[in-house]
Amino acid sequence: MGKTIVEKILSEHSGTDAYAGDIIIAEIDAALVQDGTGPLAVQQLQKLGMVEAAKPDRTVLFIDHAAPSPRKELSNAHKVLREFAAKTGAIISDINEGVCHQRIVEDFMNPGEVLIGADSHTCTAGALGAFATGMGSTDVAIGIASGKTWLRVPETFKVHVTGKFKKGVYAKDLMLHFIGMIGADGATYKALEFSGPAIDAMDMSGRFTLANMAVEAGAKAGLFASDEITKEFLESRGRGDKWRPLSADEDANYEKVFEIDVSDLEPTVSCPHTVDNIKVIKEVEGTKIDQVYIGTCTNGRIEDLRVATKILEGRERHPDTRLLVCPASKEVYLKAIEEGLIAKLISAGAAIINPGCGACVGVHAGILGDGEVCLATQNRNFKGRMGNPEAFIYLSSPAVAAASAIEGVIADPRKYL
Amino acid sequence: MQIKGKAHKFGDNISTDHIAPGRLFHLRTNLPELAKHVLEDADPEFAKKVQPGDFVVGGRNFGLGSSREHAPTIIKLAGVGAVLAQSFARIFYRNAINVGLPVLICDTSQIDAGDDLEVDVSKGEIKDITKGITIQAKPLPSVMIRILNDGGLLEHFRKHGGFALDG
Ligand code: SF4
Repeated sequence: MGKTIVEKILSEHSGTDAYAGDIIIAEIDAALVQDGTGPLAVQQLQKLGMVEAAKPDRTVLFIDHAAPSPRKELSNAHKVLREFAAKTGAIISDINEGVCHQRIVEDFMNPGEVLIGADSHTCTAGALGAFATGMGSTDVAIGIASGKTWLRVPETFKVHVTGKFKKGVYAKDLMLHFIGMIGADGATYKALEFSGPAIDAMDMSGRFTLANMAVEAGAKAGLFASDEITKEFLESRGRGDKWRPLSADEDANYEKVFEIDVSDLEPTVSCPHTVDNIKVIKEVEGTKIDQVYIGTCTNGRIEDLRVATKILEGRERHPDTRLLVCPASKEVYLKAIEEGLIAKLISAGAAIINPGCGACVGVHAGILGDGEVCLATQNRNFKGRMGNPEAFIYLSSPAVAAASAIEGVIADPRKYL
Repeated sequence: MQIKGKAHKFGDNISTDHIAPGRLFHLRTNLPELAKHVLEDADPEFAKKVQPGDFVVGGRNFGLGSSREHAPTIIKLAGVGAVLAQSFARIFYRNAINVGLPVLICDTSQIDAGDDLEVDVSKGEIKDITKGITIQAKPLPSVMIRILNDGGLLEHFRKHGGFALDG
């Protein structure tokens, strides 16, 4: 019987003929932790007496969630990670280098590989044709030390995407639409596999956005075939030699198949307090917004900043609406400076936050006040997410976010494009 | 494993941000302190009310969101005997087993806040004493029973010198 992408990768990594439902022990190629989950992982390894990394050059510790540190407890947590790196030879990605999921695809992951990460959006790297999944600190700690993890091979949902995006509609709108369709637990324990003409034509940035949010439908991973676009991306990152073609077999077995025609999609917004609370722009236009946040591992890439700048250039944010922009990595930031985007964004009234998670997880740099409303380009809007359970978070594409910053209310970006 | 306690009822989609909010990020290296805030954003009084052995009873998709293992860890530290829910988010479920917190998938719709419950984790049997009914939970996968019986993943790994998931 043919195999899905996930079955192929996990067969190779377990030395078995693996199919959905099998329990396997997989070799892992890379592992990541961040400053919120890493210190506990280190503690667990200390308890085991195994302060070591099986693959130090592919074990990456990210200081991104609270970077630079806003308080001493977190500075001490950062020290734990730096010390672990010094002791084991693992790589530290320190403040300002960027969000873990952006950095890991920029410099570390390749098609056909397995990544485990102590962060739920580790699934982002699935866009490169890798199996990448989020786990807790103990699982990842043991993966770091032993180079292995146990997995149940997931069943796959195929998401077959056709049609052409209308102007002002992006991968983010597609993913919000899909999550609205199947629900926040619609794909729990499953792998999503994105395919079809609209995916074949999509750039890596869009694919990263889709893979990133697989977990918001409950999925274990979000996978893509490795194709020419993957190859170009790897070449642009100096890893052309790491490219290999990878796709599902024609006769692979899918638990479900979803068909989506993107030609019908409108700009889409997720409303408080669950990601699957989806509305099209018409239904929420005019909602007053106190803060707009453009950035994160979902939509903080150069392509996102280009779209936002296109809309904001020569205009100004609404006087009652704060605008925060946070490039997802140092490289994105430098590129945005080089292209003149940052100057234009600042002129439009944006506060630029250094690369990292910024306001997304509610630790620092943009915490909301009681009753305030934020429109953010991130991936989740749970109660309390941005540091205040009395606040409200809407999610959208960078285009909707930029247009809304200008008008001070949720706005349709198409009139600015 | 037999546990007795009262039910604390929660709704659908209780996220890791409800359980261990991001604004308390700095307490992640001080778990006993973080445990004093467990589930604060779903029920601000919960940490004060909960007694050893009590149960967190959720609806659908309990524990969705972040991979923070701190979430099941502080539920356990607060003395909760088990979490019962109609379904769990994947990472939370795996983390709960890894830290030795029993999690049972069952129909929680008939359980009300304050009900006295008696739970047999290995049999997956939930007796609602108040209602006089017995609810059967979905059996845990055998891999997870092994890890849970060893006292969590760390102990499992220590005991067997690696993964020992067969048989
Ligand atoms: S940007 Fe937000 S979602 Fe992404 S890793 Fe950071 S905190 Fe998590």
